[in-house]
Amino acid sequence: MIKQLGFLCIIMTCLLSCTGQSHDKTRDKHTITIAGSTSVMPFTEKLAEHFMLDHPKFVIDVQGGGSTAGIQAVLNNTVQIGMSSRELNNKEKMLNSITICHDGISIVLHPKNPITDLTLQQIRDIYNNKIKNWRELGWIDRKIDAVTREEGSGTRGAFEELVMKGKEIDDSIMVQDSNGSIKEVVATDPYAIGYISLGLVDQKVKPVTIDGAIPTIKNIKTGKYKIVRPFLYVTNGELDMYAKEFVDFILSRDGQKILKKEGLVGFYD
Amino acid sequence: MIEKALLKERFVKWVLIAFALSSLLFLFLIFIFILAEGLPLFLKVGVGNIIGGFKWAPTRGSFGIFPMIVSSFLVTIGALAIGAPMGLSCAIYLSEYSGKKTQMLLKPALELLAGIPSVVYGFLGVIYIVPLVRNYLGGSGFSLLSTSIILGVMILPTIISISFDALISVPKTYREGSFAMGATKWQTIYKVILPSAKSGILASFILGMGRAIGETMAVIMIAGNALKIPGSILDPLRTLTGNIALELSYASGDHRLGLFSTGVVLMVIIMILNYIANFGIKRKIAK
Amino acid sequence: MRRINPRFIDKIVQIVFNMQAFFTVSILIVIVAIIFIKGFPYVNPEFIFASPEDMGRHGGIFPSIAGTIQLALLSILFATPLGVGTAIFLTEYTRESTFTKLIRFGVESLAGIPSILYGLFGFIFFVIKLKMGWSLLAGVLTITIMILPTIIRTSEEAIRSVPRQLRIVSYSLSATKWETIKKVVLPAAAPGILTGIMLSIGRAVGETAAVIFTMGSSLRLPLSIMDSGRTMAVHFYILAREGISMEKAYGTALVLVLSILSINVLAYYVMHRAISKYS
Repeated sequence: MIKQLGFLCIIMTCLLSCTGQSHDKTRDKHTITIAGSTSVMPFTEKLAEHFMLDHPKFVIDVQGGGSTAGIQAVLNNTVQIGMSSRELNNKEKMLNSITICHDGISIVLHPKNPITDLTLQQIRDIYNNKIKNWRELGWIDRKIDAVTREEGSGTRGAFEELVMKGKEIDDSIMVQDSNGSIKEVVATDPYAIGYISLGLVDQKVKPVTIDGAIPTIKNIKTGKYKIVRPFLYVTNGELDMYAKEFVDFILSRDGQKILKKEGLVGFYD
Repeated sequence: MIEKALLKERFVKWVLIAFALSSLLFLFLIFIFILAEGLPLFLKVGVGNIIGGFKWAPTRGSFGIFPMIVSSFLVTIGALAIGAPMGLSCAIYLSEYSGKKTQMLLKPALELLAGIPSVVYGFLGVIYIVPLVRNYLGGSGFSLLSTSIILGVMILPTIISISFDALISVPKTYREGSFAMGATKWQTIYKVILPSAKSGILASFILGMGRAIGETMAVIMIAGNALKIPGSILDPLRTLTGNIALELSYASGDHRLGLFSTGVVLMVIIMILNYIANFGIKRKIAK
Repeated sequence: MRRINPRFIDKIVQIVFNMQAFFTVSILIVIVAIIFIKGFPYVNPEFIFASPEDMGRHGGIFPSIAGTIQLALLSILFATPLGVGTAIFLTEYTRESTFTKLIRFGVESLAGIPSILYGLFGFIFFVIKLKMGWSLLAGVLTITIMILPTIIRTSEEAIRSVPRQLRIVSYSLSATKWETIKKVVLPAAAPGILTGIMLSIGRAVGETAAVIFTMGSSLRLPLSIMDSGRTMAVHFYILAREGISMEKAYGTALVLVLSILSINVLAYYVMHRAISKYS
């Protein structure tokens, strides 16, 4: 027992000294903490990866948690930057917000689904449970497996505002808690319909045109495709110089180019 | 010298008492903090509107979790319907039919499987069970049925190991007496062993229920999480645990309090189940 | 109607039970087999020792392995003295009384609480009220409470099974109570206690719900206890659920399941050896 305990202690000391040492190493590094929307997170991680390649002294800690949690974290000063995929509400207006880009919300189907075009009204009816069967939209006699995001999500908030327009999302609609999991459901279930960030659309799912407009960066810029929301960085007061350097990088042509490559709508062409 | 030793003894004793009290302290903290966050909403919105309410729209002031309570019980009953017969017959096989060697090998092997993380069960459910249900039975596959199947398998180790202990602790003389009266093995099991191990077996079912109702990650992966009470076994559903895990990271204000209220209801249900299970086990010991 | 021969029924029943047991065991074997077969091609030294890139789509899972080890060992470091101390108190220092019943009630209740409620508690208490944020520390403290009942129960059983004679001999050599416990009882009970510790490590490694809300899910290697981190189970959950990469998900599942199973096998081996020593 004593021997084993001793062994355990040695492991512990090693572990702790390791963490201690590496902590020393991080002391002369500049840490930027970011948390919030799971929609914005993957793109922030991408940007951070690129940024840290050129700036080895920086450590950027990116966390999910959701738009609301991110904004809360900024308010409590637990993180420097909060990510939000919805506009700030009145209670949060005292915070600074920086729009880093815009994002289209794409309505997606399984690639095998022959339907290519839907109207905003049809989508609203599907989520309101007025249209329940694919037959009503000209396909086979099979129940529509619609998927939505959970209550409190920024993407859902934007979807409710831009698509549902006051109509309620029905209780019989399935709920998933991230863009990725909605995409997985739609990618595996031929009868599913969901909505995800345009930047995450790939060959696993098929985006539909809405009232004739394909969700593309061009159509968003010209205003033809209307389901669009901003991606915000939220801060409490002024950022320190290091965090500002990162934000400046995102707003620069280089940063915006990365976002554009990911399918988001940046500020340059 | 002796006094010093005595002092040390006394010191050790007090430290140990403090350690022993820590469990109670933790339990107390868990209760207090979940209640402190969960109860205010009960007072504000009304107990009936939360427990009996049908509408969950926390950002618009509706906090009804009745459908989730029903759904939690439905998956639990579903899991039991699948896990209980399989688990019990496996336990009977182990205690009555298998040789000593098989028993020594199988029992720990089955218990090991309790260690497989629930996310792995959930993942396999999504990859294998959900498409199976969708292709052969209809619906999206994210359903009461798929969830029950996965939970049924997850509670197997609990049911097997506790009902096995109950069966094995039936005195040998019972069996011998029954055989001596000319009963067959099955008659002995059915008429003698199962009745005398009844409370232990029941306890294993209830503990299995406790595990099923408390399971979270596997459930949100397979259940589909729709808010409506499922109309058939092929419909999606949302459990109490799923509600908490889905929305906790996004929630703020009253929405978050609503999730803690969900936690309070879950805690009460679990406490009742544990009480019944412990009561069942105690009765067996008293006998 | 003629009565069916009970012997015949007996045979049928026996076959049914055999098949049923075979079926149950094969389900469990299939689960493990799927993980091994699907995950095996993706597990290699690079996968284990490299850092993930592109949210885990490429690269390895090293930070999550390190995060898992840190979480499990630190939790054990806290929970072992508390748990073993409680067990010693319950077995050696008191008779059954209302007080011990109360403590037992506490331990039993803790054991029955589902992990999501631990997550909820850890989130509100450690993360928010004590302002730890999503951090290794918040995760460790939450998991410590969660594994405490396992350690207490197994240690108590192990200490109880130490033969009385050993204690009597020690007392007759004029050893004090604590000396007896330290030098005689604990060494004899060590294998049983170790089993409990290892089972708890297995539980900490496989936990998701309680960890994700307390330790967060940052993909970076936690360098201090105030950093957020991601355990293998959480990493696997995110990979699989977000559909980031099925290959990496299967690979992570294999490493995860393999480490839990080997810890548990080791635990049973230690216990088995201890049992055969005393009986």
